[in-house]
Amino acid sequence: MPATFTPKNVEIERKHTGIGGKPPVDRRPTGGGGDGDNWDNRPSGRRGPRELLSRYRLGVLFALAGDLMFFVALVSAFFVRQSAGHFDARENYVSDWHPIAVPPILWVNTAILLLSSLTMEIARRQLFREIDVMEEWLGLGRPAVKRAAPWMVVTVVLGVLFVIGQWIAWGQLTQQGFHFNSPDPSSHFFYLITGTHGLHLVLGIVALAAALGALFTLKRVELRQIVVDCTAWYWHTMGIFWIFLFVLLAYFQ
Amino acid sequence: MPWAPFNGSLEGARIDRLLLYNLIAFAIVFALAQVWIIVVMLRRKPRGNGLPAALRWAMIAVFGVLYIWTGIAAQRLWANSQFAGPAPEAMQVEVTGAQFQWYFRYPGTDATFGAVRSQLVDAASGNPLGLDPADPASKDDVVSSLLVLPAGREVDLRLRSLDVIHGLFIPGMRLKENAVPGMILHVHFTPQTPGTYSILCSQVCGLGHARMQARLLVVPEKQFTEWLGVREHLRQAGLAGGVSRP
Amino acid sequence: MRKLFTTDHRSLGVLYLLLSLAAVATGTLLSLLMRVHRIWPDTPLPLLGLMKPEDYLALVTMHGTLMVFFVLTVAPQNGFASLVLPGQIGARHMAFPRLNAISFWLMALAFTILISAFALPSGAPLSGWASYPPLSAIASAGPGQGTGMDLWLLSIGIFCVAAWLGAVNLLATILGERGAGMTWSRLPLTVWAWLTTSILTLLVFSVLLAAAVLLFSDRHFGSSFFVPLNDVVNGHVVGRGDGSPLLWLHLFWFFGHPEVYIAILPGMGLATSLFANFTRRRVAGYKVMAAMLVAIGGLGLLVWGHHMFVSGMNPYAGTAFALTTMAIAVPSTVEVIGWLSTLWGGGLRLTTPMLFALGFLSFFIAGGLTGPILAQPALDTYLHNTFFVVAHFHLIMAMAGVFSVFAGIYYWFPLMTGRMMNDLLGKLHFWISLIAAYGTFLPMHISGLAGEPRHYERLAGPVVSFSEILPNERGITWSAILLGAAQLLFLWNLFASAKRGERATENPWQATTLEWAPEIPRRRIERGPYEYENGGTESMFRPQWESASKQE
Repeated sequence: MPATFTPKNVEIERKHTGIGGKPPVDRRPTGGGGDGDNWDNRPSGRRGPRELLSRYRLGVLFALAGDLMFFVALVSAFFVRQSAGHFDARENYVSDWHPIAVPPILWVNTAILLLSSLTMEIARRQLFREIDVMEEWLGLGRPAVKRAAPWMVVTVVLGVLFVIGQWIAWGQLTQQGFHFNSPDPSSHFFYLITGTHGLHLVLGIVALAAALGALFTLKRVELRQIVVDCTAWYWHTMGIFWIFLFVLLAYFQ
Repeated sequence: MPWAPFNGSLEGARIDRLLLYNLIAFAIVFALAQVWIIVVMLRRKPRGNGLPAALRWAMIAVFGVLYIWTGIAAQRLWANSQFAGPAPEAMQVEVTGAQFQWYFRYPGTDATFGAVRSQLVDAASGNPLGLDPADPASKDDVVSSLLVLPAGREVDLRLRSLDVIHGLFIPGMRLKENAVPGMILHVHFTPQTPGTYSILCSQVCGLGHARMQARLLVVPEKQFTEWLGVREHLRQAGLAGGVSRP
Repeated sequence: MRKLFTTDHRSLGVLYLLLSLAAVATGTLLSLLMRVHRIWPDTPLPLLGLMKPEDYLALVTMHGTLMVFFVLTVAPQNGFASLVLPGQIGARHMAFPRLNAISFWLMALAFTILISAFALPSGAPLSGWASYPPLSAIASAGPGQGTGMDLWLLSIGIFCVAAWLGAVNLLATILGERGAGMTWSRLPLTVWAWLTTSILTLLVFSVLLAAAVLLFSDRHFGSSFFVPLNDVVNGHVVGRGDGSPLLWLHLFWFFGHPEVYIAILPGMGLATSLFANFTRRRVAGYKVMAAMLVAIGGLGLLVWGHHMFVSGMNPYAGTAFALTTMAIAVPSTVEVIGWLSTLWGGGLRLTTPMLFALGFLSFFIAGGLTGPILAQPALDTYLHNTFFVVAHFHLIMAMAGVFSVFAGIYYWFPLMTGRMMNDLLGKLHFWISLIAAYGTFLPMHISGLAGEPRHYERLAGPVVSFSEILPNERGITWSAILLGAAQLLFLWNLFASAKRGERATENPWQATTLEWAPEIPRRRIERGPYEYENGGTESMFRPQWESASKQE
């Protein structure tokens, strides 16, 4: 019976990912004096220490591309809805769209989110400094973790501040009479867009916290790199999404 | 045409002809392709290396021409019916879909549809469309559940819906357009042959969807004027309330 | 239990297929109830009693939703891809095995939620699988539009996320996990198809999710995205702002049309592979075939408006969508001609999978040819939402899609169980299904040309009787019953063969693609996917796992 009939075999093989052998730094074999082979020519699972990282990056990239479409759909609905209207009793074309001025606190929130992206990027880079990675890989200590953790804590705090800031913005709008149930379409969009984006950020904060915990619990250097790297790309993308959404809400009402 | 209900409109004849050509062309292609499959199943001995590439591309080119023809021919009909509006002297009738009934409104002698207000909609008291009595233009509007049209005169239908999306479908006129709430859509056609035609709902609209039907009566011009006159008289006398049943 | 919560891609593939088997069984049962009710509307059914109009519409809605989402998306894309995709590209596993399991369990959850709508006292939703608002936005618009519709939305939302995770996984696998030497031009065409459908899934299911969120907000938070001002339902003004039902149509069909290609493209790839295998020939124009699969997917994103010719969309947009739709006929024709020419003089080996692939081709042509007719807006004004359309998409999507799934199951069954399915029963299943499927769906064209609309729970209404097509409709119902009954043969064959079937030999179909390799190759792939010796005998083929220098 061919081996393909027994899935168990496949499972066992997975455990040998083939990345234990080389330190997870961004140096590729050049062929100078070595075996001269290109890692991409090897079977998957044996393509060097960065293989797992690039796999996860690819997954995050596609997931975010799908997510982008979600927001694109919301934004296109925004523009369609904005141009909608009806004929009133005197046959005038009127629209029920009343632009709402975004609460000024959103500017502060945007600055906070940008800042958090910056701190996250600093944290991410700590994990890829070659000299620290080598030290961690050799088991001489955890300099990268020690350096990255504070920046990640700062990012989490800033992220929480952003979400709280959005919450305050909602409260301010409600006080002005634009609550979610008010019949005004622009306020629906405001709440829906900030709400779905906020949900993404809450998920991001959970992921950040989990990554922070994982920094101290994961044994392998490359896995620590992966969690921080993927969370960072997610976080950056949410920051970019927010800038677009914020510009939309602030200037395209 | 044996396969479809009798066509009574000017535009329908051209649609029928195009549809027939299409059906014939594609039925022939269908038969040839199926024969091809049967033949290759029966010929068990392998021969050759499949069709030469040149022949393949030639076949693709033939289909390309076929698609271009169908595309252009259909677009001409579409442009005639949709890009160009109705003639200025076309008769105006408003069609309103409501769960699960079609209502037809004639503007009356002033040729103007009166205002409607959704707050006034009340089918039980005889005002299913919510005609506003304060608007003088609505005084002479005739609302009917039967669509009566004069033969040979272009009609401009003004489609509305009160509640959900309905589909106005008159098979005998080869006409279909959705009635979308919040929108006023126009379709125009010319009924030619007097007779009775059915009006169906083609967009699922709720549990009474299959029963949402009405009749279209195409009558000679003179008979139509008489019918409308009677309705108008009843309306003015306030006897029939808002709606009059056939 | 361990088998159930597995992350192994093959076992998950089988689980996906079992999920869609449950869905297709339910969906078929619902459709048979519909058919029986249509010709005997006043006869009480056993156990169910007299069917009310809302019951019929609920059947239509649930039938469509089950079949489109849980059968035609789950089986060809998630099921088969999980089963064989890693094998075909020389990978050991999916890029994210756990994500694959999560995706499966979310789909199973979505299925359970959808089915549970039947248990509600108010019944299942009735607004059709496209769920046009305001009917779907307002709970009072009909029975089942309350909690039933909420369950539908919840189920679809979860399914969107699940399909999306599945697509991420497939894309990461195809792009990142290919074995050494597995270049783009050495990929089997099924992989090209899955690549295309995964991209489509990522793009369009996100849009459906956004639309579902908007609709949910309309239903529960008093927003007005899809409900216009002055909307009056049951005598109550429910409209709050200038929402537009057309917005939903655009968002939904932007998803809905590519969804059709998600259902059919894997079948097209599989059929190409089977035609090559069972004629022992190389695929005629491999590169063109792969390019056309991608082209169909790409153009598929631009044709959604042909569902909306009579919906009140701008007529100029109608013209544009008609032209893009005509354009998509071209790559489809190239594919069909490629298949026909591969088959020509091929000395077909008529195994059960091959028969089903030929059935797929036959239905693909039958349903595909009515596509250009319906793509002409002027003709669509008569045919839209009649049974002509029902016939069209059941032939091209449902029958072609399901026959390709059958072909895949008969073909890959040895990979799932190590046994072969019974050939005689398989062939019997094929011939009865083929004849019964044509008997069911070809006459629907006639009903459609007679002007009979979809979603009608009975032929005879207050004005029209459609009595002239009653014999036609009776024939359809009896054919449908035969079609349903033939599937019992398949079920029997499936479970009996899994238990006691003949043991499969190594590479039982003498195939060249990598999923049949005796073990996962550790060396560079050096061969194309379809290296059959043209016109050669059965032994003359070069599997992808053999080295290029080895000569037969």
